[in-house]
Amino acid sequence: MGSLISWKPKFWNYYDVASGPQRQLFSFRKIWFLAVTLTAGVSLLPLIFITVANYRATQKGIESEIRLRTVRLVSNIRRSVTFFLEERQSAIWFITRMHPGKDLDNPSQLGLILENLKNSFGGFVDLGVIDADGKQRTYVGPYDLKGKNYGDQEWFQQVVQKGSYISDVYLGFRQVPHLVIAVKHGLADGSFHILRATLDTERFNHLIAGADSSDTGDAFLINHKGALQTPSRTYGAVLQDVPLPIPTFSPKTEVLEGIGQKGDPLMIGYAYIQDSPFILLMVKNKKNLMKDWNWTRLELIGFLIISVTLILLVILGTATYLVEQVFLADQRRVAMLHKVEYANKLSSIGRLAAGVAHEINNPLAIINEKAGLIKDIFAFKPEYQPEPRLIGLVDSIIHSVERCATITRRLLRFARHLEVSIQTIHLEELVREVLGFVGKEAEYRSIEVSVKVQGGIPPFESDRGKLQQIFLNIINNAFAAMEDGGRLDITLERVDENSVSAAFADTGRGIPEEDLKRVFEPFFTTKASKGGTGLGLSITYGLVQELGGSIRVESTVGQGTRFTVIIPLKYEKRNREIDAHTISR
Amino acid sequence: MRILLVDDEAELVSTLAERLSFRGIEADWVTSGEEALKQVEKQRYDIAVLDVKMPRISGLALKKLLEEKDPQLKFIFLTGHGSEEDFAIGSAEAGEAYYLIKPVDLNLLIEKLKEIIRT
Repeated sequence: MGSLISWKPKFWNYYDVASGPQRQLFSFRKIWFLAVTLTAGVSLLPLIFITVANYRATQKGIESEIRLRTVRLVSNIRRSVTFFLEERQSAIWFITRMHPGKDLDNPSQLGLILENLKNSFGGFVDLGVIDADGKQRTYVGPYDLKGKNYGDQEWFQQVVQKGSYISDVYLGFRQVPHLVIAVKHGLADGSFHILRATLDTERFNHLIAGADSSDTGDAFLINHKGALQTPSRTYGAVLQDVPLPIPTFSPKTEVLEGIGQKGDPLMIGYAYIQDSPFILLMVKNKKNLMKDWNWTRLELIGFLIISVTLILLVILGTATYLVEQVFLADQRRVAMLHKVEYANKLSSIGRLAAGVAHEINNPLAIINEKAGLIKDIFAFKPEYQPEPRLIGLVDSIIHSVERCATITRRLLRFARHLEVSIQTIHLEELVREVLGFVGKEAEYRSIEVSVKVQGGIPPFESDRGKLQQIFLNIINNAFAAMEDGGRLDITLERVDENSVSAAFADTGRGIPEEDLKRVFEPFFTTKASKGGTGLGLSITYGLVQELGGSIRVESTVGQGTRFTVIIPLKYEKRNREIDAHTISR
Repeated sequence: MRILLVDDEAELVSTLAERLSFRGIEADWVTSGEEALKQVEKQRYDIAVLDVKMPRISGLALKKLLEEKDPQLKFIFLTGHGSEEDFAIGSAEAGEAYYLIKPVDLNLLIEKLKEIIRT
């Protein structure tokens, strides 16, 4: 806490009691707040605005790039899958057209075709011919399915309607995933037969799994009910349900955002595979995709924090410095104002006193003469019998007039003290003259006083009365500070071409350091109990200032105090307000 | 010994003149510089007692004007201000002259008058 207080600028807790109703104008704390808020606002707001805009633009850019990449990848895989299925469908279609019905009814011929298909395309497991009633007429493959009737199965109806059919993936007898491709072929007699082939999906899986190895995503197929058609790294084996919403149909590749099982944000690219029950899905974890972005984001935030801190520091520093300077200037101005005000006040009082005294003196003189005349009449004219009581009354009037005259003369003398009267000063003579006033006291209290003159001090022009008062005040203070039997050394010295100094060193009790700064302040006194007003040294200070000189004090508690007055050899009028000739006569 | 009293306060000078006459000193009085200048043409005076501060013609200015008419004339000034300042300025501007502070002690005035006549 202590260190915090020492950091506080001087104006922080300043409160000018004299500032009156315009006090708020002088609240430096308010000015400081205003300066800091305004400059901080003007500089930080655009910075924050631009940084946030940049942040969002960068985020958007990176997101849209990721989206685009996903779309491209999904489209590529879709093309491959579509091509894979179309290729096999076309092969079967080609066989139905190239081979007449009897070739297909011949199991050895059909077996040959299956063998060729296996060799050229791979993945074919069996081949069967089904007539228009749904009965399997011929079959080659690992199972005995000849004569099986498919007439009431849904896929059969679909082939009859659409001409071709690709089935969902299903697990065959050996728990191996398979899918079925069937193609209808119309015959010359108006009836038709269907060529049906079963494929294992291993190559299919390779096709899709191979595509996603390049990225951190997971690519797989599902059917329209949401069951996995190829294995997924994330969601498990074939035919398991995927815990994702089934995306709505779109002829194009689309990207949507979702949330994974663990609450991670996901980016899901999907495409419907044409003429098949498959939907291609590519699921990517958005967190991994945005890794680059995180670093950029950190850089942006770091930049913002560092800039804001720097700007704030500079603003705080500058505002504090400037307001402190204004505050100090204002302090000087106020001090000056108070001083001028004080001088003006004294000058006004002086003028008033002189005016009043002068105006009263005239009627007083008349009263005096009239009373004197009454007394004369009684004294000189025999017809007025001397009446002792009346004479007494007149004497009392004359006595009262005399008292009034004393008061007016005192007032006039007070006014005169404010005037500057320049005379030639012989410094040593003047000091000895002042010492004459306190000679008796020094004698009684056996205080030893010495006057030393070092170097020649030329006679100079200055205000005699003021110098007398200055020296008398200092000497009186020195006497008050000393016990009986002390010593006062006065040293008069030529300081330089333009000034002389008079030093008064006593052997008194000294002034504590904390008081030393305040001894010239008006009303500062340590002698309040002994009737000190605290004005002596402040008046002394003011007088020295008026003479264009300076005064300083050094003191050691218990050893004594030394006042040094520097007086310029050339007197310059400092304050026109205290000019003798402006006081009306 | 004949005295001319000049002060803008008629009450003051008239009373002063009467009191002087009680003491055998002939004194005339006027209340402005202009009247004083006319009066010295009618009558010769030994001493003029002038108020320092008067309207139009001040005591010091009047002294110079009267001196032109009668170089023998001597002067005493009365002042309501009563500061040493007046004495300093007075001695510089008016040459040798007495200053008395209002309210005036009549005995002191007579003493000064006699002193001037003697020299």
